[in-house]
Amino acid sequence: MTAPILSILRLSAVSELGNAEPILRNVSLDLAPSETLGLVGESGAGKSTVAKALLGVLPRTITITQGEILFEGRDLRTLPRRETRAIFGDAITLVPQDPMTALNPSRRIEAQLTDGLRLRRGMNAREAHKRALELLAEVHIRDSERVLRAYPHQLSGGMRQRVLIAAAFALEPKIIVADEPTTALDVTVQKQILRLMRQMQEAHGTAVIFVTHDLGVVAQICDRVTLLFAGAVIESGATTDILSAPRHAYTRALIAAGPRYDRPDAGLKPVPEALVAELRLEVEGVGR
Amino acid sequence: MAETLFVASGVEVAYGGKRRLNGERAGGVKVLYGVDLRIGRGETVGIVGESGSGKTTLGRAVMRLIDIDAGSIVFDGQDISRLPESQMRPLRRRMQMIFQDPMTSLNPRHTVRRILVEPLLFHRVAHDSAEAENRVRGFFDRVALPLACLDRTPHELSGGQRQRVGIARAALLEPDFVLADEIVSGLDVSTQAQALNLLKTLTRDLGLAMAFISHDLSVIRAVCDRVYVMKAGLVVEEGRCEDVFAAPKSLYTRLLIDAIPLPEIDPGWLDRDLAPEID
Amino acid sequence: MTDASASSFLAASGPSLASRRLRALLAEPKVIIGGGLILALIVIALFAPWIAPKNPLDQDLMLASLPPAGLAGAEPSYYFGTDDLGRDVLSRLIYGARIALIVAFVAASLAALAGTTLGLLAGWYRGWVDGLISRLVDIWMAFPPVLLSILLVAVLGAGVGSVIAAIAIIDWTRFCRVVRAETMAQAEADYVTAARAIGFPPFHILMREILPNVVPALLALVSLEMGIAVIVEAILSFVGLSVSSDTPTWGGMIAEGRQFIHQTWWVFAAPLAALFATVLAFNQLGDGLRRALDPVLRR
Repeated sequence: MTAPILSILRLSAVSELGNAEPILRNVSLDLAPSETLGLVGESGAGKSTVAKALLGVLPRTITITQGEILFEGRDLRTLPRRETRAIFGDAITLVPQDPMTALNPSRRIEAQLTDGLRLRRGMNAREAHKRALELLAEVHIRDSERVLRAYPHQLSGGMRQRVLIAAAFALEPKIIVADEPTTALDVTVQKQILRLMRQMQEAHGTAVIFVTHDLGVVAQICDRVTLLFAGAVIESGATTDILSAPRHAYTRALIAAGPRYDRPDAGLKPVPEALVAELRLEVEGVGR
Repeated sequence: MAETLFVASGVEVAYGGKRRLNGERAGGVKVLYGVDLRIGRGETVGIVGESGSGKTTLGRAVMRLIDIDAGSIVFDGQDISRLPESQMRPLRRRMQMIFQDPMTSLNPRHTVRRILVEPLLFHRVAHDSAEAENRVRGFFDRVALPLACLDRTPHELSGGQRQRVGIARAALLEPDFVLADEIVSGLDVSTQAQALNLLKTLTRDLGLAMAFISHDLSVIRAVCDRVYVMKAGLVVEEGRCEDVFAAPKSLYTRLLIDAIPLPEIDPGWLDRDLAPEID
Repeated sequence: MTDASASSFLAASGPSLASRRLRALLAEPKVIIGGGLILALIVIALFAPWIAPKNPLDQDLMLASLPPAGLAGAEPSYYFGTDDLGRDVLSRLIYGARIALIVAFVAASLAALAGTTLGLLAGWYRGWVDGLISRLVDIWMAFPPVLLSILLVAVLGAGVGSVIAAIAIIDWTRFCRVVRAETMAQAEADYVTAARAIGFPPFHILMREILPNVVPALLALVSLEMGIAVIVEAILSFVGLSVSSDTPTWGGMIAEGRQFIHQTWWVFAAPLAALFATVLAFNQLGDGLRRALDPVLRR
């Protein structure tokens, strides 16, 4: 494929809490420009940690012990602050998980939407306002003047998520990190939001890293998938391959464990304990 | 003994507003607009809906944990619609509840032992602590909980274990009916499968009737015999699972089903739109 | 944690909940420091007749106004010196601790009992019960506390009992507010709904489900209240409204010492220091208890 816009090479990290548990073990992945990569795994697999590392918001209790995060060839870990400031929140932006808490309840939508435009692109109030209206139209919000004047609590969950998507695309980023952006939404709203994200992505040519635990979502919107377990990459490849012919037993077990509305006997087979134990041993070896 | 355990007819519930002297409510927000529900002995019934559908309220109304403004609820042949709480209490042993978040539904300052033993002693299912303890220990095997859990408090257990304590608490009283309110939402798919499995086994072994509230149709399919689809305080469709899923009659049900992404590539899924955009 | 690791963690049999809670308490440094000081104070107060070197009431004008040991003109056996009537300051300090602690524990407990009861009722039943109790609290809290306590003691007559009653009567509102708020918050929790679903009656739920969760906030407040009680007692005895003038109290000693502060500063400084240390100890203990007992905070 073409040169990846993002390459994570052998990234490892530990937590300083408790027993210095490794959180990431030699994670490597590539992201091509304009592609959607799914980052999947159960809770505790490390997908959120990877997302936070890409946005420069790792908590102080997590330390990266090795590895590189190459964005357009430059290692984000070693770049000086001056330069990362133009990347985190600018060339790489976030669509967060919970639209209820991601917006400041005491500021109007306009203020929150135009922050980036004014601070990072030097627009004045009028220009930013115009651009904000355009962005809201792009995310199919009809009553845009009213929405700009509104406070977050006056909008529905789906509307808020659209605003957050608009904010993420506002600065024309190269990569968007979507951290479980539809988990908190009703399933019908989720579909609309996923469709919207796909449209926006195609219109702007942005690459997307989509963090999720839902294999169904992955199937429908991700070109490629990386599956994590206990901080290590278990399997990685094109979505079609991974889902139709998974190589690793864990992948197969995970797919089989999910319930399906078209199969009454699905969703009742947990991943066998023995497999989990075996996998844990395998993964702990990877760290070395 | 009635064959049907619960018959709810025309149930209306509203929150807020003021109560007039004649008991009627003025103002407030209506959550249920007249719902009919029927649960047979030993049957697992699903109640599915998105946020604001009223499914949680319906569950609590049926269990008389909240008051209803209109309609009737008949439990095992007895009208409990307006029964005073003092008369409801002896019946409560026969209808139990499992909650979504075991972190908040188990008293953080109690040990697991106390959480499980107290109800048994209160309802005289066991006649002394020794008998109660034996019953609890015997049950632990069924729910795959290690005995060492007994001395722990809820936050010292894993999420899956907490959930199973919640299930055990409901089942130990040997009720006729269990309300499971979004009990697997937010669980990993593997933990969810364990919990659903456990639930299916228990309801079958103990002959429990169950109302399973969820926003996830796929989960409903895995455990339920019949399903009620709710939207904005009304039931828009109901029937046996295989019928409703194979040939949904209501547009809303079709919308719900279509919105679920299956873990198989379906190129037309994203653009397929059964209804104009709702927001 | 995954189920596998949790099982192995739980495989070994462990200590009981009570001993685990105790250990958590003792792990908090503020609890040790504050609690240790209070414990020492209690011991001193209990064994005052054996610990105090002299009789606190003995006057000896020949030995009046002696400075503390180590300074020029001191008598070695009067460690903290004597006051203008020749009474041993140290012994008076030790006996004064008795009054301070009795008032602290009894008054705080009574205020806590009254406030907690009303707070639980207001928080659980809401409606007119809450309306009534909240109005009562509002009105009560509108009175200036120190003036009210002086008034009460003046009416009830001097004595430890009156001081205790005055403090309890005035400060119960503090507990009521906190317990009411805490009860309302807890009543919304799922575990309370679970308790209702099981069929427990309201009294059971209040006492055995909600109260244990209110106790951490309560304990911290009780500790603070004890510190406040000590100060109020000192204020009252400063103005001569506490116990009879014979029994030594820290406030009384401060009042007496104030007159001769330039000549015999130790008579003023010693009880002030004791007061300061005691209140500090209660505050530290309260803060430490709050941290140690909150299961959420600890994680």
